[in-house]
Amino acid sequence: MALTGRSSAQRRRTPRLLRGVRRSTIVGWLFVLPALGFYAMFVLQPLVLSLQYSFYEWDGIGPAKMVGLANYATVFGDEELLNAIFNAIKLIFFFSFIPVGLGLVTASVIRRAATGRFGTVSRTVLFLPQIIPLVAAGIMWNWVLAKSGSINQILSAIGLHSITRAWLGDFDWALPAVGMIGVWVLLGLVTLLLLTGMTKIDPALYEAARIDGAGAWREFRAITVPSVRNELAVCITVTVIAALSAFDVIYISTNGGPGFATLVPALKIYILAFVGRDIGTASAMAMILMALVLIIILPVQRLVRESEE
Amino acid sequence: MELTQAGRRTARKTLATLGIAAIVVTGCAAPGAVATPSPTAAPSSAAPSVAPSAPASAEASVASVAPSASAAAGPTCGTDPVTLSIYYETISELMPQLSAEFTKQYPNVTFDLKSDSFANGTSALPRLLSSDSPPDISRAAMLVDLNKDGLLLNMDKWATAYGWDQWPQAQFDAVRIAPDFKRGTGSIFAWPILPSTVGVFYNKDLAAKIGMTAPPKTVDEFDALLAKAKAAGLQPIMQWNASTSGGGLAFPLQNLMAAYGDHNKINDWVFDKAGANIDTPEFNQAATKLDEWVKKGYFPSDVNAIEYTDAAGRFGKGEGVFTFNGDWQNAGYDKDLPGKVGFFTFPEGVGMSAGVTYVVAAKSKHPDCAMFFLNWAWTNDKAREIDVKVGGGNPGGPPDGSLPTVSTDSVISQTLAAGAGVTKNSGAMDFIANATSTIFFNSWTPDLQKLVGGKITPEKVIQNAQAFWAKSQ
Repeated sequence: MALTGRSSAQRRRTPRLLRGVRRSTIVGWLFVLPALGFYAMFVLQPLVLSLQYSFYEWDGIGPAKMVGLANYATVFGDEELLNAIFNAIKLIFFFSFIPVGLGLVTASVIRRAATGRFGTVSRTVLFLPQIIPLVAAGIMWNWVLAKSGSINQILSAIGLHSITRAWLGDFDWALPAVGMIGVWVLLGLVTLLLLTGMTKIDPALYEAARIDGAGAWREFRAITVPSVRNELAVCITVTVIAALSAFDVIYISTNGGPGFATLVPALKIYILAFVGRDIGTASAMAMILMALVLIIILPVQRLVRESEE
Repeated sequence: MELTQAGRRTARKTLATLGIAAIVVTGCAAPGAVATPSPTAAPSSAAPSVAPSAPASAEASVASVAPSASAAAGPTCGTDPVTLSIYYETISELMPQLSAEFTKQYPNVTFDLKSDSFANGTSALPRLLSSDSPPDISRAAMLVDLNKDGLLLNMDKWATAYGWDQWPQAQFDAVRIAPDFKRGTGSIFAWPILPSTVGVFYNKDLAAKIGMTAPPKTVDEFDALLAKAKAAGLQPIMQWNASTSGGGLAFPLQNLMAAYGDHNKINDWVFDKAGANIDTPEFNQAATKLDEWVKKGYFPSDVNAIEYTDAAGRFGKGEGVFTFNGDWQNAGYDKDLPGKVGFFTFPEGVGMSAGVTYVVAAKSKHPDCAMFFLNWAWTNDKAREIDVKVGGGNPGGPPDGSLPTVSTDSVISQTLAAGAGVTKNSGAMDFIANATSTIFFNSWTPDLQKLVGGKITPEKVIQNAQAFWAKSQ
């Protein structure tokens, strides 16, 4: 490369510290620097600060007191906080498993059957929930799931009046109901991602399989799913994080109720920090939530990488 | 703009869902705390029906005495140009209107108005007040926390100069903070305008149907009316209890607590008096009665999913003989059921009440002018007219302060009368939801929901609240 051939004049201009470093490397870093600066300021710094705050008792303004690991002990000793973490794990089923499972099926159906205008329409319809602000979605679902809402009207119409209830106000059904809002929100995103992956599959593969006598199910299992492995990994990662850090939909639709049945860590952190002004415990809870996300996400990433090799 | 019924409902619902959710989450320490769209939300979105020409009932219109004497004494804004900055709640028109009128009367004073939603304001205020150029006057709810950080101006000096110490003192209880950071006694740290009146609204038509001729005076009388309503196939009580609005059953619970026990003991508890305790036989009896009302189906079966605006709307459509709520909803009820809504306090002469609190920053550069403005807003006739028009209730302040006349038909005339009765009886109590900043979210709301779900005993509700309170002392 032309850039590596340094003249003596260039060498003189180069500071001693950087001598021996390839010029392209320096230029590369210069390009990255602005982004890195922002990343450090808005991601790394808050992260480090949160970690620091988690060891203090602090109301956000007054003097802070070092308390060691007491905030972590509070979190692990509080039944409600543990219950919140447990609820988040239950939400993974709704936010991740159902959308990814359904999304796989939907995407392959759209790929096979819905080409042309119908395909575009169905993609748009499925993706629509992604564009609607989650706050608006939460309000809309509040009505749909209310005692006189459309879901109960449909149930009554088909003779299932006995099971109608105020879904978001029911101790057993509030979490699944919130979960279903998550399915509605995330299904479109997952389907679109998987569909994009599927369009990259060489049609010849399907043709060959069909000549060998494979049915739709066999095609799906042997060609479609393995081909979108990377997209699947992205979907699972994104949706699991969405489940564990769920906030807006729950804040608007149930606010953790009834009786903490839908309390999740992110909501608890918000309450601790901005209502209780207990920055320390809120930070400790946030660090635990981050660790929880990493513990669940890292194996998924590794699994995909290994199967690639 | 012409809104359709559905559109209006949607708009109201959207606004309120957002507002309420946010406000309740931030643990509002003002009248709004128990699930209302903040104290100022309702009044601003729906102007109270003030009918200037209508004949006023004796109790509704208090003698119109201009207290100019008290306004003249004490520090003023002087004659040099001054700019006061005010940080208020977006949804309330009170400060914009008051400041415009003030500039008309005192042209050397101009205003720099900034606003935020209640929730955002509550979380941003500590940082704003601790900055080098804080807003002079701000809407604030969590007074004790702010006071602990030394951010609030001690108003005692001005209170004495303006003669506030000659006025009914109960209105200052909630804004007094002692050196040990207990509320109820000590120095004044906030300006409490428009003390709310909370009690029982009733649908006059439905009440007539069950033979109610006068408001119930005892729990037994109330019980009998509720039983009659149930037997008649009516919804006895319309109430909200969804977490997004906060546990609205806290209203009937507190009314029952005051009916069985002493409301001063509730105040001691809310104001963190040492040794205060609500886990007593009387208050347990109140919770047990509430549980009985739940079990007898006096509340809607889906009450745990009903939000504040839904409850107000359904009552307005004639669902529910009674509803426990505050005078900030007056205009809404008058619009939905004109002339058909009555109001009483239960027990008589006792009611939940707390003012909308504004603070002056300790670092304010114009404390004299800020305090002069606040005192003016309480004592000037024009200002009081704005207070009532925007706030929908009695502004409080001096006992002889003027009040615009209101139509005797409107529910506002009844809440004004009931509010006067509470003042006369010294029967005001702060909300049990305001005892600590998170007790409403962490204890009352979930436990009252569990009570509805049959997952907890009434005694446990009281026990948990007492334990939660004790932990924060």
